[in-house]
Amino acid sequence: MMEKMIFGRFIPGDSVVHRMDPRAKILFVFLFIAIVFVANNAWGYAILLGFTLLVVFLSKIRLYFLINGLKPVFILLIFTFFLHLFFTREGDLLFSFGFIEVYEEGLRQGIFISIRFLVLVFITSVLTLTTSPISITDGIEVLLGPFKKIKLPVHELALMMSISLRFIPTLMDETGKILKAQMARGSDIGSGPMKERVKAVVPLLIPLFVSAFKRAEDLATAMEVRGYRGGEGRTRYRQLNWQLADTLSLVLLAGLTAALWYFRA
Amino acid sequence: MNSEILSFENVTFTYNAEDGPVRPAVADVSFSIQQGEWIALVGHNGSGKSTIAKLMNGLLFPNKGKVKVFGQEMSEETLWDIRSDLGMVFQNPDNQFVGATVQDDVAFALENNGVPHAVMVERVHEALSQVKMEDYKDHEPHHLSGGQKQRVAIAGALAMRPKLLILDEATSMLDPQGRMEVIETIRRLRESTGLTVISITHDLEEAALAERIIVMNLGQKNMEGTPAAVFSQGSKLTDMGLDLPFAMRMTHLLQEAGVGLQEEHMTEDKLVDELWKYYSKA
Ligand SMILES: Nc1ncnc2c1ncn2[C@@H]1O[C@H](COP(=O)(O)OP(=O)(O)OP(=O)(O)O)[C@@H](O)[C@H]1O
Ligand SMILES: [Mg+2]
Repeated sequence: MMEKMIFGRFIPGDSVVHRMDPRAKILFVFLFIAIVFVANNAWGYAILLGFTLLVVFLSKIRLYFLINGLKPVFILLIFTFFLHLFFTREGDLLFSFGFIEVYEEGLRQGIFISIRFLVLVFITSVLTLTTSPISITDGIEVLLGPFKKIKLPVHELALMMSISLRFIPTLMDETGKILKAQMARGSDIGSGPMKERVKAVVPLLIPLFVSAFKRAEDLATAMEVRGYRGGEGRTRYRQLNWQLADTLSLVLLAGLTAALWYFRA
Repeated sequence: MNSEILSFENVTFTYNAEDGPVRPAVADVSFSIQQGEWIALVGHNGSGKSTIAKLMNGLLFPNKGKVKVFGQEMSEETLWDIRSDLGMVFQNPDNQFVGATVQDDVAFALENNGVPHAVMVERVHEALSQVKMEDYKDHEPHHLSGGQKQRVAIAGALAMRPKLLILDEATSMLDPQGRMEVIETIRRLRESTGLTVISITHDLEEAALAERIIVMNLGQKNMEGTPAAVFSQGSKLTDMGLDLPFAMRMTHLLQEAGVGLQEEHMTEDKLVDELWKYYSKA
């Protein structure tokens, strides 16, 4: 289940989208989220869907893989669809079945909202699937750069994010080890009433916290020894590289906006 | 050519403790280390080795006495200058890996010191090849073995082209294979660059490779000398809770059992050699 879930995962690859500058991709996604709301009729939503499929195609992510990985999201999608279908009471009555009545407007709304939801999930998934977390962090750091002027600790935030990302697997491993150690002592997390299970988590969390603090202390020492003094006067090893494809992606987005505006009812 | 690179002059340091006075972690310790030396600092748990390491790079300042590194006295002003020439590798391979990938981690100290990008790329490559980890440059830390992580940590220190490398029990959390890798890396580095190395360890096999050993006991310097000289004090070391290298213990046991070995052997190879000679004579 967890292995198949692709929300927030990065799959290395070699496509135009993979090679794009993370700044361009982040900007693209944010602008796209806003642009989606321009569409308000069948034409608009058809264009959005087509555009999204084009982006997925360019990223060389197999559609089947994407759909399969987003299954839990689809449950939510179907739920919202039916919510709109049954509770919108405008337009002509299409059919009724007992107490269930489906109106034309409900069907329209249901489909539109579902498409909107779908394209948003697809586009954000393409971002996270094609961009390593560390590149996303880099991108965010540069994009938020101007906010340093209003004393937003951008560098520190980015560093915090990248260190957290780096320690996730380490702490996961550790959790596994502690779990086994506690199980060997007779602790049982997998069964029993809820209250017992929650209680059994405590002896798991405490050693995890203690060790996380120890790690943090060690890491701080190691960083200080290696000359870390905050963001001031630092240079960057990982360089971002804005290319033609990045500019073109934003031009494409402008084209999409224009098209949506043109067909808008 | 012999110039002093680091010295402790009557250094005393006591940690602050809430519950009354404690014994100093380092008490009146003096020694001097010359450029190009390989020094091993050994001692039982809590004998003050890590405290000495922290005094060497200004993570701590002495209560009494003077710490001089590269001819400068350690102080708030000289601290960052000294640190940029002093590499340090710690015990836990996981807790000193800052970067997302091997090459990012190696570049960390360079970034901190504002080295321009073009120079960084060159230095990262150079440092990784020195520890034979070039092929792993895009790997993430959790896909590396402990020994490999420690080699990356060494590369991270080397990237700054330090004058002095301090290893604080850098091999103690590794399996024998990882330990071999790291020790081999240090040995090669010493051969190719003549780097000054201080390795803190309680593994006397590792210490036997050094040129000089400083033995710590209860915060005080107990002995200092060549490995041969230090190990000849066998019983004194075992009294302090240190183990002699396997080859030496074996030699002693063989001698006790009446096998007429001529020499003290610190390495297995030499012992095996003499045993062959002995065997062919017998
Ligand atoms: N942060 C600290 N606060 C208080 N006391 C400390 C602290 N760190 C170390 N000590 C004490 O100082 C003494 C020397 O510790 P140090 O860590 O230097 O020993 P060590 O030789 O490195 O030991 P080990 O072989 O276990 O690494 C010990 O008695 C220890 O309990
Ligand atoms: Mg120690």
